[in-house]
Amino acid sequence: MIHWQVIIPLFVFLIIIFMIGFWANKQVRTSNSFLQEYFLGGREMGGFLLAMTMMATYGSASSFIGGPGVSYSLGLGWVLLAMAQLPAGYFVLMILGKKFAIISRKYEAITLIDFLKKRYNSNVVIFISALSIIVFLFASMTAQWVGGARLIESLTGLNYTVALFIFAVTVLIYVIIGGFRAVALTDALQGTIMIIGTIILLIGTIIAGGGIDNIMSSLLNENPKMLSPFGSDDSLTPLYVSTFWILIGLGVIGLPQIAVRAMSYKDSKSLHRAIIIGTFGIGTIMFGMHLIGVLARPVIPGIEIADTVMPTLTLEVLPPVLAGIVLAAPMAAIMSTVNALLMLVSSTVVKDIYLNFINPKATDKQIKKRSFWVTTIIGLAVVLFALNPPEFLIWLNLFAFGGLESAFLWSVVFGLYWKKANKYGSIASMVVGLVLYIAIDRLSPHIFGMHTVTLPIFISLITFVIVSLATQQKSGLNKTNL
Amino acid sequence: MEKNLNDSRFKIANREALIGIGLVIINFAIWFGFAYGLGSGDPTEYDYVMGFPAWFFYSCIAGTIFMIILIWVTIRVFFKEVSFDDEEEQK
Repeated sequence: MIHWQVIIPLFVFLIIIFMIGFWANKQVRTSNSFLQEYFLGGREMGGFLLAMTMMATYGSASSFIGGPGVSYSLGLGWVLLAMAQLPAGYFVLMILGKKFAIISRKYEAITLIDFLKKRYNSNVVIFISALSIIVFLFASMTAQWVGGARLIESLTGLNYTVALFIFAVTVLIYVIIGGFRAVALTDALQGTIMIIGTIILLIGTIIAGGGIDNIMSSLLNENPKMLSPFGSDDSLTPLYVSTFWILIGLGVIGLPQIAVRAMSYKDSKSLHRAIIIGTFGIGTIMFGMHLIGVLARPVIPGIEIADTVMPTLTLEVLPPVLAGIVLAAPMAAIMSTVNALLMLVSSTVVKDIYLNFINPKATDKQIKKRSFWVTTIIGLAVVLFALNPPEFLIWLNLFAFGGLESAFLWSVVFGLYWKKANKYGSIASMVVGLVLYIAIDRLSPHIFGMHTVTLPIFISLITFVIVSLATQQKSGLNKTNL
Repeated sequence: MEKNLNDSRFKIANREALIGIGLVIINFAIWFGFAYGLGSGDPTEYDYVMGFPAWFFYSCIAGTIFMIILIWVTIRVFFKEVSFDDEEEQK
């Protein structure tokens, strides 16, 4: 079944995104510093753009599709957990903030790895970082890609392959030709759609459910635990929920796709404005979408597949054109995550591997050509994998988020704020963080009732400090300029 | 000269990072305190504020609005503007 009134707004949305890509391409062609322009948008982002690109990169399929589905079955406790994401709006920018901006300009760093390379002066650090970025983010890109195609498939009635093709062509073209600037500008549009879509759907759901009082009393009748902070099945213990603050709030500093944005803005005013707008945006989306999942329960009872809660609800409670706008929101969330990942993996290959290890003397023209090709090839490879996603990619994606945080968090934070941090500490904490994360995930994911990420983060912290202190004499010669 | 400039800029950056940590601690305390302080009882005997269970209203709605206002005030009052460029200040 094809819903034309829903498809037309989506189609308009795709056209606008295309146009932004072509406009950004002009900037890329006229810029005199290709690398800085293509991978960082010339460090010109203002406050609104920075806030939107942070928010849109952070908010993904799980905020719009997966999350509301879980709220639907667990109740208000899951909304409480989702609110642990609020610090992602301000904490990340306050910690990385000005220091990262100043130092990355001083080091002329274009990628997160550039920064680590100049700070720690170690090929091993570059190698581990590049490898984990490429492996984990390639996997999560594929997963988001599959999600995007499934969404188009369910909304339009087209088959999976055609849906994947539409999604891939749109994203690839504007990212390849427009670079970071196109990504940031489309993120601003996508972020705005995410916020507006959330508010429309929240209001529509409350009206359809006959007001908050009415909805709450139906939930109370069905299962009083839906209203408790512990979840409908008592599975959400305070300790478990609290450890999510590390995974989805504080640890976000260690995500390369987020960190790189903290070096791409123009001035401190942009940063200040972005903190306020970003916190408001993330707060609205995370609160709104997850609450919508709970409120949906009395409105559309008996949904079996969690991922269909949000699309079904939208088509049920909103008139068709509004539904089209709201359903563009998850699409926007997926696209804005995928485009950031594609850009990041491509910059890792070009800047951190090609220019570091293969051809340090590449000319501007060569770099330009390589950048376009690398982005294209990675994009096409993702499409190929998304056609028939192999088991190991799905598996890798499951711990991409926590794995990257365990690997990078302390190397970034100590690299910025601790003079004694050195390459031995960084390498040790990366290895310990990654290995421990994967091991705990495999063996006992809810160890001591905490989220998987908790122990690796703490132990890699201790490792970093001890190893750095123990090797002070060894590294005493190359003082950093911190 | 450049070194002095850097030092003063980094002092500001360090202070602002500490403020960030302070804000997260306040955020966590409000979130945790209201949620489990008011929400640990029997769900059938909850108080309601504007249609929502009181724990949820204070922890997730009022707490979030309070944090956004607090962040706004903090930035207004404590955050300083610094230049990011070493040489290109005139631009």
